[in-house]
Amino acid sequence: MRAKFLIPLVLFIVLVVFLAIGLNRDPHEVPSPLIGKAAPAFEIPQLGETNKSFSPASMKGQVWILNVWASWCVACREEHPVLVELAKSQVAPLIGLDYKDKREDALAMLAKQGNPYLLSAFDADGRVGINYGVYGVPETYVIDQLGVIRFKHIGPITIDLLNQKIFPLISELKKS
Amino acid sequence: MKQIYLIILCLLSLGASAKDAAPLADDPQTEQRLISISEEMRCLVCQNESLAGSRSDLANDLRREIRTLIKEGKSDDQIRAFMVERYGDFVLYRPPVKPITWLLWIGPFVILLIGIAGLIMYLRRRNSLIPNAVLSDADNKKIDALLGSSENEKGKI
Repeated sequence: MRAKFLIPLVLFIVLVVFLAIGLNRDPHEVPSPLIGKAAPAFEIPQLGETNKSFSPASMKGQVWILNVWASWCVACREEHPVLVELAKSQVAPLIGLDYKDKREDALAMLAKQGNPYLLSAFDADGRVGINYGVYGVPETYVIDQLGVIRFKHIGPITIDLLNQKIFPLISELKKS
Repeated sequence: MKQIYLIILCLLSLGASAKDAAPLADDPQTEQRLISISEEMRCLVCQNESLAGSRSDLANDLRREIRTLIKEGKSDDQIRAFMVERYGDFVLYRPPVKPITWLLWIGPFVILLIGIAGLIMYLRRRNSLIPNAVLSDADNKKIDALLGSSENEKGKI
């Protein structure tokens, strides 16, 4: 009964812990409902070669990475060197989805900063982006051999993220 | 010369004003449904705004998408499902009741019940702490004296 005066203190600490957890979580990282589901199908023209199209169906049988980017997106420019590293490592083919962009701007950016993508699909009106639940470019998806989305990251990917999550995940997926 | 400039200016301004208007559906009924659906949805870019009120690019695109779905004759529930499939329950301002959201829906009531239970326990304990007053002989005499004196006073009047 002596410790009764501690009750408000304990309640206060519990409240502070909850608030601290709340403050340290990024509200922009909304868990995607698409994880574990088949990547939505689409067929749209490529960025570079306009007469060719790209469809995720053509990637069946291999683990691949889809990176949503745009030349107007500042965070994408920040992310770009990491993507170049990713492409160099050759762990998995990297496909770009150029989201709501202008062709010449996008091509100029790739010419200037290097092109890490095997190819980029050109999503002019953002419809493919909507089907993939894109709301904050850049976004990165890891898709397995069966065309199932296994991982999604919103915001620029970093070298740490590659080493800690994406590379281990890809090598695990490749085994199965 | 001035007139030519004026004409050019007028032509330029025509082009400018044509750009302002946001794309609207042709019939007001579609627009009404769009608003009633999108007011219940969160804009994912600016999370404190509804999809109806947000001016972000994505919100524009999503409203366009909802308009197309309305024109295709989809029901409100189907449109909601379309959004949830892509962005998760987070887009809904009224999340559905399911195991993962039980705490969200029932939590406040559980806390209220705990509060009421605590209050009842506290009041009961406080009641039992107050001793039943036992009057001593001296007290009784005092009371009798007081009662007697007041009755006497009444009698006088």
